[in-house]
Amino acid sequence: MLIYRKGLILKIGLDIGSTTIKCVVLNDKKEIIYKSYQRHYSQITHHTSKLLQEIRRILPGCRQAELAISGSAGMGMADQCAIPFVQEVYATRIAAGRLMPDADVIIELGGEDAKILFLTDGMEVRMNGSCAGGTGAFMDQMATLLNISLDEMNQQAESAEKIYTIASRCGVFAKSDIQPLLNQGVRKSDICASIFAAVVNQTIAGLAQGRPIRGKIVYLGGPLTFLSQLDKSFDTALKTTGICPEESLYYVALGAAFAADRTLNLEEIIRNLEQYKVTGQYDAISPLFAGKADYDEFLRRHGQAAVAFAEPATYAGLAAIGIDAGSTTVKVVVIDREGEILCSHYQPNTGNPVPIIKDFLQDFYERFPNITIQATTVTGYGEDIVRNAFRIDHGIVETMAHYKAAKRFMPEVDFIIDIGGQDIKCFKIRKNVIDNIFLNEACSSGCGSFLQTFANALDYSISDFAALGLFADKPVDLGSRCTVFMNSSVKQAQKDGASIENISAGLSISVVKNALYKVIRPTAAEPIGRNIVVQGGTFLNDAVLRAFEQELKVEVVRPNIAGLMGAYGAALYAMEHAKGNSTVLGPQEMAEFSHTVNSVLCGQCSNHCQLTVNSFSGGRRFISGNRCERPVTQKTADDSLNLYHYKLSLLKGYKPVAGQRGKIGLPMGLNMYELLPFWHTLLTRLGFEVITSPDSSRQLYLDGQATIPSDTVCFPAKLLHGHVQALIEQGIGTIFYPCMTYNMDEGKGDNHYNCPVVAYYPEVIAANMPDLEKSTLIYDYVGVHNEKIFPAKFHSIFSKYFPDVRLEEVRWAAKAAYGAYADYLSEIRRQGWKIVGKARDAGRQIIVLAGRPYHIDPEINHGIDKLIAAFGVAIISEDVISEDVPRFQTKVLNQWTYHARLYGAARYIADKTDMNLVQLVSFGCGVDAITTDEVRDILDQEGKIYTQIKIDEITNLGAVRIRLRSLLAALEQLPVAAGQTGVEQNHGRR
Amino acid sequence: MEDVKRNESGNVIFTKEMAKDYTILIPMMAPIHFSLIKSVFVHSGYKVELLTNHGPGVVEEGLKYVHNDTCYPALLVIGQMLDALKSGKYDLSRTALMISQTGGGCRASNYIFLLRKALKKAGYDSIPVISLNMSGLESNQGFRFTLPMIFKTVAGIVYGDALMLLSNQVKPYEVNKGDSCRLVDHWTEKLARQFNQNEGFSLKQLRINLNDIVSSFAQIAIHRTRKIKVGIVGEIYVKYASLGNNNLEDFLAGQDCEIMVPGLLDFVLYSVDAVVGRAKLYGSGQLKAKVAAVLKHYLMQMQGALIETVKMYPGFKAPSSFEHTKSLIDGVIGTGCEMGEGWLLTAEMMECVNQGYGNIICTQPFGCLPNHICGKGMIRKIKGLDARANIVPIDYDPSATRVNQENRIKLMLSVARENLDSSISQDMDYGGGAAPAAPKWRPATQLS
Repeated sequence: MLIYRKGLILKIGLDIGSTTIKCVVLNDKKEIIYKSYQRHYSQITHHTSKLLQEIRRILPGCRQAELAISGSAGMGMADQCAIPFVQEVYATRIAAGRLMPDADVIIELGGEDAKILFLTDGMEVRMNGSCAGGTGAFMDQMATLLNISLDEMNQQAESAEKIYTIASRCGVFAKSDIQPLLNQGVRKSDICASIFAAVVNQTIAGLAQGRPIRGKIVYLGGPLTFLSQLDKSFDTALKTTGICPEESLYYVALGAAFAADRTLNLEEIIRNLEQYKVTGQYDAISPLFAGKADYDEFLRRHGQAAVAFAEPATYAGLAAIGIDAGSTTVKVVVIDREGEILCSHYQPNTGNPVPIIKDFLQDFYERFPNITIQATTVTGYGEDIVRNAFRIDHGIVETMAHYKAAKRFMPEVDFIIDIGGQDIKCFKIRKNVIDNIFLNEACSSGCGSFLQTFANALDYSISDFAALGLFADKPVDLGSRCTVFMNSSVKQAQKDGASIENISAGLSISVVKNALYKVIRPTAAEPIGRNIVVQGGTFLNDAVLRAFEQELKVEVVRPNIAGLMGAYGAALYAMEHAKGNSTVLGPQEMAEFSHTVNSVLCGQCSNHCQLTVNSFSGGRRFISGNRCERPVTQKTADDSLNLYHYKLSLLKGYKPVAGQRGKIGLPMGLNMYELLPFWHTLLTRLGFEVITSPDSSRQLYLDGQATIPSDTVCFPAKLLHGHVQALIEQGIGTIFYPCMTYNMDEGKGDNHYNCPVVAYYPEVIAANMPDLEKSTLIYDYVGVHNEKIFPAKFHSIFSKYFPDVRLEEVRWAAKAAYGAYADYLSEIRRQGWKIVGKARDAGRQIIVLAGRPYHIDPEINHGIDKLIAAFGVAIISEDVISEDVPRFQTKVLNQWTYHARLYGAARYIADKTDMNLVQLVSFGCGVDAITTDEVRDILDQEGKIYTQIKIDEITNLGAVRIRLRSLLAALEQLPVAAGQTGVEQNHGRR
Repeated sequence: MEDVKRNESGNVIFTKEMAKDYTILIPMMAPIHFSLIKSVFVHSGYKVELLTNHGPGVVEEGLKYVHNDTCYPALLVIGQMLDALKSGKYDLSRTALMISQTGGGCRASNYIFLLRKALKKAGYDSIPVISLNMSGLESNQGFRFTLPMIFKTVAGIVYGDALMLLSNQVKPYEVNKGDSCRLVDHWTEKLARQFNQNEGFSLKQLRINLNDIVSSFAQIAIHRTRKIKVGIVGEIYVKYASLGNNNLEDFLAGQDCEIMVPGLLDFVLYSVDAVVGRAKLYGSGQLKAKVAAVLKHYLMQMQGALIETVKMYPGFKAPSSFEHTKSLIDGVIGTGCEMGEGWLLTAEMMECVNQGYGNIICTQPFGCLPNHICGKGMIRKIKGLDARANIVPIDYDPSATRVNQENRIKLMLSVARENLDSSISQDMDYGGGAAPAAPKWRPATQLS
C-alpha cells in the first residue's frame, strides 16, 4: 500500500499532547500515507522513537524526511533533539488554511487545552488560561466519577431530558456540582449531557470573550471527534451546525507536517531520541524512605493502631450499623457492643448509594440472622437520601462521626485530618470539643480522586501507582495548588525527564502539601496538634502517610481502618444512642424495597427550583434540589430573624418614579447594592426615572457571560455583565455606573478605599460590552466620600451628559441622597438589633454572616442565609455591629471601607457567647486573602471559632451544610457560658 | 540579641544605633536599577544586601508563611526573605529587612503587614522591618530617606532605565556576545563611584553621563537581523524580576526576540501624578498635590534628558515622555484608575504597540486585582484600536508551570513571526529611527 519512490522527501508531523501522540506522514502531493494515534503514558521519547522506527520499517527507503514536532508535551524534547517545533494552535491554523480555507472559527479541544481560532475578520487565536482546567482530562475525570467509559457517557447523553447547571469554570468546581446530583439520584443521562453542556459553556465563556462565534465552524481534537453529543452540545449553544472533518484528530500533526521545511536524517533523529537522556533537572525534594529497613520500621509502627475484628458468624447479639455515604465511596461498618468490627464494606459510589446499601443490608440479614440491629446511624453527603430510604435512626454530621472514631484510637486526640476522595476535612479538638474545622475550599478539592485519575491515565491502579513512589530517589516538587494545576506541573516534570516513580512520590507529597498549606495552613511556631489521627482512603497509601509525617516532622496514628473511620464513628454513635430496637428496614421490608426517581419543577415560588423526587416503597419520599423547605414542609420559610432577607426587601422598595428627564438605568451589582438608596434618591430628585436591573439569575449571568475578559475575577463582578446587558436589552438609553476609587468614609480604618475591582469595574464594562453602542454608559470617576465637594464635582460630570441640570438642583438632590443613605444604614441597624433582641429572648444562636453588601444577592450567596436560618438561628450582617466598635489597631493595613466592618464585627463578637461569625468569601477575591487571616486572628485571640465559606458560581450547598452543622454541633458542645469568663469548667453538653 | 524597642503597634523600631552595623536585606527586583539604588544606600552609610537567592526553598517559605491566595509577588518576596534568614548567612541579631510600601487601594500596600505577620509566625519577630515609602505611611528612626538620597535614587532610576533600554536594543544583535552586559557593569560601577563622591545626580551631570552612556552603546559592533520585537508589561514585580517571571527575558532571548521593558521612572511618575489627579477628581489634598506637581516637574526634566539624549543617536529607539504615554489612553481608560499599575499598564501596552513592539506579554500574578481591569480588561479595546497589537496575558503563581506559560508565549510568537514575515511595515516600525548598523536608513531630520 505504501509506495515510496527513491529520492522523494516525505513530510512527517508529530503532535505530542498531554496524553497522546498523533503522527502523520505526507507524500509529495501532501496526501496522508500513514497516520497513527496512540497514548504515550508519559513516556514521550520512548514512544516517539518507536513511532519513527515503525515509519522506517514500513517505508524502508525513506531515510530522510522533513519533520516537525508540535504539542506542548513535545516542546522540551524538540529543543533537546534539535527538531523544529511548531506551536500547536499555530499548527492547527496552518492545517486549516490548507484543508478548510473557508472556515470561520475553529474550536479545538485537547487533553487539557481548549482553543478557539477566529480565522476571518481579524485573525485571532486563543487558548485557555492556566486557570481553566483541561477539557479532555476533565471529561476523563467525570467519567471516572460516574464509573463509566467516555463512550458510555456519550451514549447516555443521547437520551438526556434535562440539563442541570454545572459550574463551567474549572473541573474541580464541576465535580462538586455533579456529586450532589449523583447523591440525589438524578438520572445519569441527564448528568452526562449536563457535563457536555458545562464544557461548552466553559469554552465559550473562557475563550470567546465578547467575540461572537459564527459562520462556518469546525470542531477538532479528540473529545470533539469521539463524542458526538459534545458536538451537538456546541451546536445547540452556538445555534449552528459545526463540522467535524475527517482528519479532525490530526490537524495539529498535519499542520506540523505542512510547516516542516528542514530535512532531517531519520536514523540520526532516532539515535538522538534514544540517547536523549533527559537532563533529569527538575526541582526535587528528599526521598520518602531511606531504604527498605526504614520502610519496614514505618510499617511496624503503624501496624499498632488497630481495632479488633470479631467473628460475625458466631456472634448472636446486639449490634449497631454505621453508614458513611461519602462523595465517592460508600462505607458500612457493623460493630458489636464492645466496638469490635463484625463486618465492613467499602465500595465506590457509582453515583447512587441506595442500591449499594440495599444490597449490603439484604446480604447481611441473610447471612447473619442471629444478629439483632439495635441502632443505625448515617453520615456523609448521602445522609439525607439514605436516611429516608432505609429509615435509619440517626444522621450525624461527618466531622462528629470522625471524631468519635478517632477518639477510640487515641483518646487524647487533638487533631484529625481526613483526606478522602473529594474532600479534605480537618478539625482541631480543644477540651473535647471540635473547635476549629478546616474543609478544603472548592478550589483544592479532589485530592484522592486526583491520584486515582492520574494513576488511570498512566495505566496503573491507585495503590500500585502510589507504591511506585515509596523508594523514588528524587521526588518531583509539584507545588501545592489546586489539582488542576498539578496536571500541568506533571507535564512539566515529564518534560524535564522525571521518572514515573519520582512523579508518583511527588504527587503523594503534593496531596499532603495541598492539605497542609491550602487548607490548614499551619506554621512552624504553632504545631497543628500533638496527637494527630489521620484517616480517609488516601492515607491508606503509605507514600501519602510518610509524606505527611515528613512534612510535619511528627509521628501520627493511622488506624488500620483509616478508610472506614466515618462509618465506624457512626456505628459507635449508634451504639451509644441505642434505645431498644432500630427503626431501620427489616428483612421483610427490604425484600419489598423499591426506589424511583422523578424530576419536577417546583411551582411554589418564583425560584422554580428543579426538584428531584425520590420515592421509596412504603411511601417514603426524599426531595432534593430545593433551596427552601417549602416543597418539603409546604410552609413558607420564616425570615423574621434573617437580616439578609430584610435588606433585600428594603432595596426592593426603591422603585422607579416617572420623571421629566427620562429613564436612567442602574446595574444592581457590587457596590450598587449599598449605594442604591443614595443614587436612587439623587437621580430621582434630579428628575430621572431610575430603573434598576432585574434580579440576578443564572440566565441573566449567562446572557452577559460572553463579554467577561478575565475568567479569574470574582463572581459578583462577572455577574455585573449580565445586569448591564439586561438594561441594554430593556432599551434603557442611559446607564449610570460610576468608577469610585473611594467609598464612604466611616472613620473606622486607615483609609476608605473600594477594592480595585469594585472601584474600577465600570471600566471593564465599558471596554468589553459591544452592545453598549446602543446605550450611553456614564462611568466617570466620582467621589462620594466628601459631602461638601460632591455636588460641584458631580455637577461638572453630569452636565456633560445633561447640560440642563443645574448646580442648585444637584445640591438639593445630594442633600437628600446623603440623608437617604444614612437612613438606609440606620434602618438596617435598627432591624439588626431587633433581630438580636428577639433571638436573645428566644435563646437562639446569632450568626453574623459577614461579607460585602452585594453578598445579599441570592444568586451570589446561593441561599446560604436561608440555609442557616433553617437551622433555627438568627442572622445579622457585619454592618449592624461594626458601628459600635471604635477604631482599633489591626495587624494589617485597614484601608477598605467594607473590610473595616469585618474587623469591627469580629472584634465586637469576641466576647459574646451567643454570637458567631461566618465569613462569606468570593472565590478569587484577592482582598479577602488578607481579611480572612485578620478576622481569624481577631477571633482566635478570644477563643472563638472562625468559619469561612467560599462562594463562586457553584450552587452546591452540601459542603456549606457540613460546615455549618459542624459549627452548630460544636457550639452545642461548648459550655453554656452566658457572661462567664475563661474559667475552665468543662462540662460539655451532650 | 539586644533588646528591641517597639512602637505602639508592637513593631520593632529600626533605631539609629542599628543603622550603624545592621545589614539591611532588600529583595531584588529590576537588577540594573536596584544595584544602582543599592550603592546610593551604601554610600549613605547603610549596610545593604540585595537578595538574589532563588529555588524551591523561596516559594516553599512563601507558601508556608503567607496566605496562599495573596499575590505572588508578596509570596515570593517574603519567601525570599525568610529563606535568606534561615540560610545561616546572616547574623540575625544584626539583620534588618526592607520592603517598599506603595500606598493606594491595592493589596500591595499590605505587603509590609504580611511580612511582619510571617516573621512573627516563623519566630523572627525581633527583626526590624523598614518601610521604604514616599507617602509617609511609616517612618523609621534609623533609616531616613533623605532628600539627597531621593535625588540620587531618582538619578539611579533614570540611569537604570537608560542602561536597560540600550542593552535591550543592542544585546540581540551584538557581534561579540556579552558586550552590552559588560558595558552595563562598567557603567553601574562608574556611576556608583560618582554617587559616592556626591556627583552624577544633578540634571547637568546626568546629561553628560547619559550622553557618554548612549555613545558607548552605539559603539558596540552589531549585526542587525529582523527579529520579533516583544514588549513586556504588567505588574511591576513580575515584569522586572526574573524570580517572578521564570526568567522571561532569557526565554525570549532564546526565541530570537528583541525586547522592550518600559522604564521604572514612568511608574514613579505615575505614582506622583496620581496625587495630582486625585486632587483634581475629588477636590481634596490640594497641598500634597502642589508638592507632587513640583516633584513631577523635576522628574519630567530628568526623563526629558534621557529622551533627548537617546534621540541624538538615531540607531536607538528613544522612550516616549510620560505625558505622551498618558495621552495614549485618552478615551480608553480613565486616569482615575490608579490602584496597582492602574492606567499606566494600559498606556504601556499602547506605547509598546506605537513603538513597534506590538507583540506584548502582559505579565501578572494570578488573580491580580488591578490587572483584571487595566490588563486583561483592556486587551480587547486595545486590539480594536490597533490591529498591530498581539497581546498575550500570562499569569504567574507558585504552581503555574513554565511549560504552559512558554507554550502560550510561543503561540503569540508564532503569530508575531507570521506578521514579521508578511510585514511590509517592518521598516516603518522603526518610525524613522533606524537600526544601529544601518546608517543608510538614517533620516536627516533625526540628526538635529
